[in-house]
Amino acid sequence: MSSDKIDADKLTSLPSPLRRKLLLGMAALPAVGLLPRGALAQALPTDAVNTTKLAVTDSTVKVGILHSTTGTMAISETGSVQAEKLAIAQINEMGGVLGRKIEVIQEDGASDWPTFAEKARKLLVEDKVAAVFGCWTSASRKAVLPVFEQYNGMLYYPTFYEGLEQSKNVIYTGQEATQQILAGLDWVTKEKGAKSFFLIGSDYIWPRTSNKIARKHIEMHGQKVVGEEYFPLGHTQFNSVINKIKLTKPDVIYASVVGGSNVAFYKQLKAAGIDLNKQVLMTISVTEDEMLGIGGENIAGAYACMKYFQSLKNPNNEKFVAAFKKMWGGESVIGDVTQAGYLGPWLWKLTAEKAKSFDIDKIAAASAGIEFTGAPEGYVRIHENHHLWSKTRVGRARTDGQFDVVFETADLIEPNPFPKGYQ
Amino acid sequence: MTRTLQGRLFGRIDGDIAGILLLAALLVIVLPLGLDIFRLNMVGKYLTYAFVALGLVLCWGSAGILSLGQGIFFGIGGYCMAMFLKLEASSPEATKIQSTPGIPDFMDWNQLKALPWFWEPFHSLTFATVAVVAVPALLAFIVGLAMFKRRVGGVYFAIITQAFAAILTILIVGQQGYTGGINGITDLRTLKGWDIRTDEAKLVLYFVNAALLIGCILLCLYVRRSKLGRILVALRDKEDRVRFSGYDVANFKIFVFCFAAALSAVGGAMFTLQVGFMSPSFVGIVPSIEMVIYCAVGGRLSLLGAVYGTLLVNWAKTMLSESFPELWLFAMGALFIGVVMVFPNGLAGLYQQFIAPRLGRLLLRTGTRAGAPIIPPHTAAD
Repeated sequence: MSSDKIDADKLTSLPSPLRRKLLLGMAALPAVGLLPRGALAQALPTDAVNTTKLAVTDSTVKVGILHSTTGTMAISETGSVQAEKLAIAQINEMGGVLGRKIEVIQEDGASDWPTFAEKARKLLVEDKVAAVFGCWTSASRKAVLPVFEQYNGMLYYPTFYEGLEQSKNVIYTGQEATQQILAGLDWVTKEKGAKSFFLIGSDYIWPRTSNKIARKHIEMHGQKVVGEEYFPLGHTQFNSVINKIKLTKPDVIYASVVGGSNVAFYKQLKAAGIDLNKQVLMTISVTEDEMLGIGGENIAGAYACMKYFQSLKNPNNEKFVAAFKKMWGGESVIGDVTQAGYLGPWLWKLTAEKAKSFDIDKIAAASAGIEFTGAPEGYVRIHENHHLWSKTRVGRARTDGQFDVVFETADLIEPNPFPKGYQ
Repeated sequence: MTRTLQGRLFGRIDGDIAGILLLAALLVIVLPLGLDIFRLNMVGKYLTYAFVALGLVLCWGSAGILSLGQGIFFGIGGYCMAMFLKLEASSPEATKIQSTPGIPDFMDWNQLKALPWFWEPFHSLTFATVAVVAVPALLAFIVGLAMFKRRVGGVYFAIITQAFAAILTILIVGQQGYTGGINGITDLRTLKGWDIRTDEAKLVLYFVNAALLIGCILLCLYVRRSKLGRILVALRDKEDRVRFSGYDVANFKIFVFCFAAALSAVGGAMFTLQVGFMSPSFVGIVPSIEMVIYCAVGGRLSLLGAVYGTLLVNWAKTMLSESFPELWLFAMGALFIGVVMVFPNGLAGLYQQFIAPRLGRLLLRTGTRAGAPIIPPHTAAD
C-alpha cells in the first residue's frame, strides 16, 4: 500500500492560494524560532491580539485540557490528553503561538457529565483560557456545549461522533457519522459483495444515529438489514445476539459496540465459532486503544472503518508516532481519536496565526479553510461547518493489535453533520 | 436516651436556632460577599445536595432507615424541572432545523415525530412544580408501602433502594427517545422567559436556593421536635417496643421515607435550575452513595452537620480535582477513610466532642449561663 505516495500527489495537486500562503508561513516558522524571545510578541502587542480579556500575556497564552483522567472513560481519554500535550510541547518548541508559549491548565471531567460542565465553566470564567481541547463522549460534549456558547469559548473536540450538531464555538476534529460510515459501506459492498447486514451497537445516541445512517444507505442500495440490536453500556452477555447472527447469516456484521462491552463481544463471537477471517465484520468503534483490551487474537480479521490508523505509512505519521512513543513510552498505542486530539492544538495555532488574534470571535471566523499539512492522517482542512475534510480508511485487525490499511478514499470526504435523506 | 440527646447536637432550642441563624448568615451574607459569581454558583450547586443530606438525617439518622437510593428522588425532581425547561427551550422557532420542529432535540434525533403524552402536562410550570415534589413522594410511598408493610428493613431495604436506583438509571438510559438517554436533558435556557444562564439569574437562584434550604431545615427541625420525631427515634432504637405500644411502625417509616424523598426532589429541581441540565448520572447507585457520604461526613444525627458536611466534601472535591487532576480521587478516599475511622459521628460529632464543651465553659465563665448549651456526653459506642 503506497498511501504516502497518494497523499503526496494529492497534496501537491490541491490548487489553493491559501495553502500556498500557509506553506510559506510554515516555511518561515523555523525562523520564528530563531528570533529573540518575545520579538514576535512585540510585533503583535497583547492589546491587539487579545481584546476580550483572555489569559494572554506578552509571553504566554493559557489553554485548557478537559478530559476524564479518572473514572470509566479515563482509559479512552488518556490517549487524547497525551496527544494534546505532545502537540502543545511541539508548538512551544517552535516558539509558541503568535510568539507566546502555551501554558496548559488541565482539568479532570471524571467521566461525569456535570463535572465536565463545571470544569468547562471554570476554565472559561476563572482561567479565561483562549481555547479548550477536550471532551470525548457525546454526553460530555452536550453538557459543555451550552457553557461554551454562553461564555464564548473555543472547544476542539477530537472524537468521531454522530453529527447533528454544529456550533460556532466548537471545532470537530474527529469525523462525523457520514464521513465514517458511507465510504466503508461502499467498500464492503464492492469488495465483499455484501447483500445483508446485521447492525449491533451500544445503546446510546452515537450507535443509534450511526446505524440509522447505515441502514438508510444500505436500503438505498437495495441491500438488506437482517437485524438491529442494542445493548446497554457495559453489557457483557452477547450470546443471544450471536445466536441471532448465526440464524440470519448476514454477509456483514456491522458493530458499534463501545468500551468494555467490546471485550466480551469479540471473545464470545470467537467462542461461538464465528471466524472473523470468514465472516466479514466491520466495526466503527474499535481503534488500537480498544484492541489492547480485546486482545488481537480475538478480533484479528475484522475490519475497522476510521480515518487514521497507527500503521499509516506517510512521513508525517512516522514522525508523529516516533515523537508520541518518545514522550509517552514505547508501549503506547495511538488510535483514531488520539490522532484527532493531536490535530486540535495545531489547528488552533494555525487559526490564531491567520486571524492574528486570540479573540474567540476572530478564531471562529478564521477557522473555515484552515489547512494542516502536518497531520499524521495526511492533509486536513476545516470546513465552513467547523468539521474537518478528511479521508475514510478501512483497516484489517492483526493479531499484534495493529491494523493493515486495506483501503482509503481517493479524495477527502466532505463533512456533512446534517445529512439530507439520512434523517 | 443519651442518643436522643446526642441527636440535638447544637444544644437546646436556643442552640438549634442560633446554629441555623449562623448558617443563614454564612449562606446569605458571608459567601455572597466573599465569592465571585462562578464560585457562588458552585456553592449553590453543592447546597442542592444538602437537601438530600437533610432528608437522610431524618430518614437514616433519626429513624434508622438507610436508603442508598436517594439519587432516584433527586433525579426525578430534577427531571421534572428539566422537562418543563426543555419544552420551553424547544419552541418551534428555536428548533426549526429539526425534522420535527417543536419537540426537544433529543427526541428528533431518536426519530420521534410527536411529543409523548406524559411530556404534555410539563408545558405548565404549575404542574411541573407540583410534580417535582409529588412524583418522587408518590414513588417513595409505593416503595415504602411495599417494603415497610412487609417489615423489610435494615440492610435489605438499603439493597432494594440500590436496585431501584439501578433500574431507574437503566430505564432512563434505555428510553433515550423519551428521556434524553445518557446525555440527559441538556441546553436548558429560560424559565418563563427569564434567562437562567446569566450571572444575575444565578445570583437570584442562589438566594432562592439558600432560602429554601433554611426553610427545609426549619421544617426538619419541627418534625424532629414533634412527637412524631420522638417516635421515629424510638422505632430506630427499639422497633418492637414501639409496635407493642400500639403504633403502626410502617406508617411512620413510610412517612419519613416520603418526606426525605420530597426534600431530595426539591434539591434536584434547584440543581437543574442552577446547573442548566439533568442527566442520569445523578440517579444511579454511585451518586446515591455519595449523598450518603455527605451526610456521614457531616454527622448523620445533625441537620446542620449534614449541610456543612455536604459543603465540605464538595468543596474538597472541587479544590482537589482542580489542583491534582490525576490524584484527587486518592485524596478524597483518604478523607472518607479518615472521617469514618476517626470521627464516626462526622463533623457534628467532632464539634460536640471537642468544640462545644470548651465553648460551653467559655460562655459559663463569662456569665451568660442561660445561653450555654447543655452538652450531652459523647456516647458513640453505647
